[in-house]
Amino acid sequence: MKRAYFNTMKLALPAISENERMARSLVCAMVSTLNPTVAELGDIRCALSEAVTNAIVHGYGSPQSVDGCLVYIAVTLYADRTLKITVRDHGCGIPDVAAAREPLFTTDDTGDRSGMGFSVMEAFCDRVEVSSRVGARTKVTLYKALS
Amino acid sequence: MVGETAFLKSRCVDGVLEIALFGEIDHHSARGIREQMDTLLFMNRPRLFLLSLEHITFMDSSGLGLILGRLNVARELDCEMRLCHLTDRIQKILSLSGASRLRGLVIEEETV
Repeated sequence: MKRAYFNTMKLALPAISENERMARSLVCAMVSTLNPTVAELGDIRCALSEAVTNAIVHGYGSPQSVDGCLVYIAVTLYADRTLKITVRDHGCGIPDVAAAREPLFTTDDTGDRSGMGFSVMEAFCDRVEVSSRVGARTKVTLYKALS
Repeated sequence: MVGETAFLKSRCVDGVLEIALFGEIDHHSARGIREQMDTLLFMNRPRLFLLSLEHITFMDSSGLGLILGRLNVARELDCEMRLCHLTDRIQKILSLSGASRLRGLVIEEETV
């Protein structure tokens, strides 16, 4: 059954790391219209940042050639004060989603990636769904109900 | 050019290196901050490293990676690392990573 929504927003941002902050600002501006608590907005800001960073760093392998690569973000606010945020990339995909969601999992052994991205998303959202096809796309969906 | 969204202030007195982070710590800003912190650590070779998170307005798991990475550097230099002024959210992110990775890190409990 399709639930009634009262507002939506779609963004397509170039996959450059400057846009991690941009995405947080834009999504939080949208979510703010529901008058969330400071803690709820902070949770969403953090979870969204993880999903967008994953798309940029892992999906597209930034800062290597990311010309024309876009991160797609869709926010849906429902009438019952729940919200859904999808973050989608057309990057390399994840071969084993279950393994990638394990705490400490990281494909990056050069930098200081903590491997905690999905754990943080799960800690700060009610539900996190991940679907991916190798060489094609990854989609992360975050669900959260506001008080 | 977009301005830097995070910066740090530091001082080193009598083998005690204090670094205070300011602004938003994400994957983008963590890179520059990491280089500056490592330079300060290797130049000063402190016996005690105090990292204040009081003025951070945002941090995600990139900040966690930054902290854990500097903890490794501190261990290499035989230096004690202490974190201070943690918000509830930063504490929660730290706790997700598990006690074993935080071994040796002193977290200063404070009442705000």
